[in-house]
Amino acid sequence: MAETHEEHPSYQRHHFESVEQQKDAANFAMWLFLVTEVMFFGGLFTAYLIYRNWYYAAFVAASHQLNVFWGTLNTVVLILSSFTMAMGVWCSETRRRRGLVLCLSLTVALGMCFLGIKSIEYHEKWEKHHIPGDHYSLQSFLNPASDAEVYSEYHDKPLPLDMARHTEIYFSLYFVMTGMHALHMIIGIGILVFMIFRAQAGAYTSGHATYVENFGFYWHFVDLIWIYLFALLYLISRHQ
Amino acid sequence: MSEQYEQAEHAHHIVGPKVYVVILLALLVGTALTVWASFLELGIWNPIVALAIATGKAILVVLFFMQVKYSSKLTKLTVGAAIFMFLALVGMTLSDYMSRAWGRW
Repeated sequence: MAETHEEHPSYQRHHFESVEQQKDAANFAMWLFLVTEVMFFGGLFTAYLIYRNWYYAAFVAASHQLNVFWGTLNTVVLILSSFTMAMGVWCSETRRRRGLVLCLSLTVALGMCFLGIKSIEYHEKWEKHHIPGDHYSLQSFLNPASDAEVYSEYHDKPLPLDMARHTEIYFSLYFVMTGMHALHMIIGIGILVFMIFRAQAGAYTSGHATYVENFGFYWHFVDLIWIYLFALLYLISRHQ
Repeated sequence: MSEQYEQAEHAHHIVGPKVYVVILLALLVGTALTVWASFLELGIWNPIVALAIATGKAILVVLFFMQVKYSSKLTKLTVGAAIFMFLALVGMTLSDYMSRAWGRW
């Protein structure tokens, strides 16, 4: 890969003056993409903020349905996956092929672990009829004592019917935000698998680490979104 | 390590495993701290503390995992622009809601 033809390495495209310029351009483009991602998730966060203020009691009661244990475990899993990804970038930059393959594989495994835990949480929502739509159930909010597990921890008072109905908005936002986050992870895992095959062939360990670095930015960004989702969806309404 | 790699290192800063391990530990401590804080009854401070810790963790991720601390001025400006645009848009949206019927729905 690294052998030169004419005066520049094979991984340098002809329209760039130098490898450094090529790297800077790719890097800048990646950050511009991430800016659009900030705007995309930013809109969802803003919607959440406004609806939470409008239907505060409904959002508090609905957020009590989330399990802090699973949320914390998933946060730890995702932070670990960011660490293995960062180590993968280092392996790529310092030309450690086996290390890179190992780090990318661990990142895939941790990403799958995150999605597995998320599916356990989604399944619980399914069983309790907390997925917005025709089969949505207000029982946990009109009669909190009927939901023994949550009631024993929070002792929520029953909500009036019109407020209880707004819990559906909380769960709509919950599924859209965590669902879009999970979709980003699924896409990321797909790219990671592609990268593992390429890395085994030595693609990113011959002096050209830009692809791995830029993917790393994407993966860390997904981690960053989760850090805020965890705080906003799971943690901030536990005492209200 | 080849000569080529030595040259590349001068042009481009490589963040080493030590930094990543320290950041990993800091993020795990931050996670433990924010979960612990959520068990305390802090009233209006609960969301403020949670968001402050989340922002602290986010800053570590952006600066070190995403290497912004070691990146070009162009990258830093882009990140700054993203944060500014996000805050401006959220701020303007909220100012609209707050000036119309805040607390009266």
